[in-house]
Amino acid sequence: MKISVAEALIKALEFEGVEVMFGHPGGAILPAYDPLYDSPIRHILARHEQGAGHMAEGYAQATGRVGVAMATSGPGATNLVTSLANAYMDSTPMVAITGQVPTHAIGNDAFQEAHTWGITMPATKHNYLVTDAGDIPDVIHEAFHLASTGRPGPVLVDLPKNILNTEIEWREPTGKVDLPGYKPNTKGHPLQVKSAVELILAAERPVLYTGGGVIAAGASAELMKLAEMANVPVTTTLMARGAFPDTHPLSLGMPGMHGTYAAITAMQKSDLLIAIGARFDDRVTGDPDSFAPNAKVIHVDIDPAEIGKVRTPDVPIVGDARTVLLQLISKLERTLDGAEISAHSDWLETIEGWKRDKAVGYDQDPAGPIKPQYVVEEMYRITGGDAIVVAGVGQHQMWASQLWKYSKPRTWINSGGLGTMGYAIPAAIGAKLGMPDRLVYAIDGDGCFQMTMQELVTASTEGIPIKIAVLNNNNLGMVRQWQRLFYNERFSATDLTDHTPDYVKLAEALGCVGMRAEQPSEVGPVIEKSLTVNDRPVVVEFKVDPDEMVFPMVPAGGSNDNVALSLEDLQ
Amino acid sequence: MKLHVLSVLVEDKPGVLARVSSMFARRGFNIHSLAVGPSAEPGNSLMTVVVNADEIEQVVKQLRKLINTIKITELDPAESVEREVMLVRVSADPTQRSEILDAAGVFKAKAVDVGATSVTFEITGTPSKVNDFLELMRPYGLMDVVKSGWIALSRDPKNRNLRAIS
Repeated sequence: MKISVAEALIKALEFEGVEVMFGHPGGAILPAYDPLYDSPIRHILARHEQGAGHMAEGYAQATGRVGVAMATSGPGATNLVTSLANAYMDSTPMVAITGQVPTHAIGNDAFQEAHTWGITMPATKHNYLVTDAGDIPDVIHEAFHLASTGRPGPVLVDLPKNILNTEIEWREPTGKVDLPGYKPNTKGHPLQVKSAVELILAAERPVLYTGGGVIAAGASAELMKLAEMANVPVTTTLMARGAFPDTHPLSLGMPGMHGTYAAITAMQKSDLLIAIGARFDDRVTGDPDSFAPNAKVIHVDIDPAEIGKVRTPDVPIVGDARTVLLQLISKLERTLDGAEISAHSDWLETIEGWKRDKAVGYDQDPAGPIKPQYVVEEMYRITGGDAIVVAGVGQHQMWASQLWKYSKPRTWINSGGLGTMGYAIPAAIGAKLGMPDRLVYAIDGDGCFQMTMQELVTASTEGIPIKIAVLNNNNLGMVRQWQRLFYNERFSATDLTDHTPDYVKLAEALGCVGMRAEQPSEVGPVIEKSLTVNDRPVVVEFKVDPDEMVFPMVPAGGSNDNVALSLEDLQ
Repeated sequence: MKLHVLSVLVEDKPGVLARVSSMFARRGFNIHSLAVGPSAEPGNSLMTVVVNADEIEQVVKQLRKLINTIKITELDPAESVEREVMLVRVSADPTQRSEILDAAGVFKAKAVDVGATSVTFEITGTPSKVNDFLELMRPYGLMDVVKSGWIALSRDPKNRNLRAIS
């Protein structure tokens, strides 16, 4: 049966099990949109390609499946780039399909031509420019294979318009991939596992330093087992929130620049860091030379290039987080052979003291203004924590991470590595489509909200009932915080101006329900009310204190020995 | 900084050279020289990449991470053959020509073009020998210099796989 490459593309996507994709049509990708009209794949029409990309990411982060985004050539493709870079940083499985000008026009500065393949090369795990029409079923299969295996990431397939229109003989993808250089190692080397177990048994002050790799590998149960078995406290990075329950006695919470004192300090004083699927990011380590100076390091990662990139480990283990955790557990069991393992009582007691004495609180004056932290805590209380929380980037993101108690993986979705403002709304749309039965509540800032708010139209017209809490401090809060701390309170270009826009009217204009809380007493009731609307998206504006700052804080590049718990500590 | 010689087997696909050079640029790694051509296995290319770096491990790992990279071997100069080709046009008026040709003879450099005021030599050898010849010619006046970049192979054919570092 002869079909066009465009039809073959859609069939190949169906073959991969794609149920929903996100995109925006245009000239060069038009041929692919025609067969999509008849396909069971649901297409969500985003209002901007960046939104389509983040929706695909949110879908992938919520489900663990590959998110798919589609855009046209030139500006369509360049608008996708931010989401590709974001997915690459956060190891999110994603396949992007872009149209391209016809092969004979490539290089001629044709209308809507951009060198997509070259532009996206450093922002993708791999990319393709398809010039041979017959390749399409296998290229799509390869793209999904690459996106979802090893260290997951975005893969882009660029399709010239004349290729899309070429007739080919349809054949199902063979399921085989021809990638002689791509063989991710999933099982840890037994000798390294043995050395790791020796270090774990010898450690007096061990800490599990867990990253997004634990969630990608679905290794939460194994992490819990190892932590409990060896009595090791656990830190969960911004990308790992939910990988280990915050309510667990061994939980230290988030490490890093705005982490808990207990997490930061336990790592600093540790004699053994067991890093699993984490990458010693600068936001975690602070000054890397003074980071955890006395700790030996076991570093488990599926990406060999992460091992030794920042910190040379004592025991490197290349492998999948879940597989290696199972190996560690089994080796530990056999080595112990029924013997007792150290309870690390002194160490855990010291940590308990930090958790108790160095926790950062806030004071909510009943007369107002509303503290942003109070909003997050009220949301947590009223929902019982049973929600998928999605955040953008900035102060609101840190409060949403710090004050919500995450207990399950894939319930916290945010832009970690790239720090992409505006991530929350589109990512929440993607998450809700992937998990339609779950409450998806975005916690956003007013700066972030204004970057991607047009996607609320997507949510309302497509009937995707997400909820968005806008912590409106009328400022680019995190930038303002830095200006206050490091730029003499010269608030250059961070004032977003009071009452502009009117978020309630704006929400309603975009087909959502708009609500507002201006006083602390209104916070709880408005959250309750937002939960009663389930046929439309809801935007709830909370007018919060613009002077509130995120603490604890380790200033960028500083040593993690100096954790500021309040403004006074920095002055 | 030290020069490391990497022999990199890659799939012969469009743009693979761009992937390699883009990765070097993005990660701030310093390429001293890069030469590429078809390898013995059809469908693959063999690159010789000379990297100027204190630590080669991260360079190798990032290179290995490229999907089209099949194998990387770091070559030990003592156990490998390294060669470079250079064409150099030297200013040579008739009074100096025989002196220049004599000097070139010592290096087994071949005169491939002789003009009224210049001689062009082709020399093949280890990169250090090629450099020595260049320095010898410099006082006469270098008009043009072009080098192929290093190419290298391990001396021991059995080492091809054993010495692969990833």
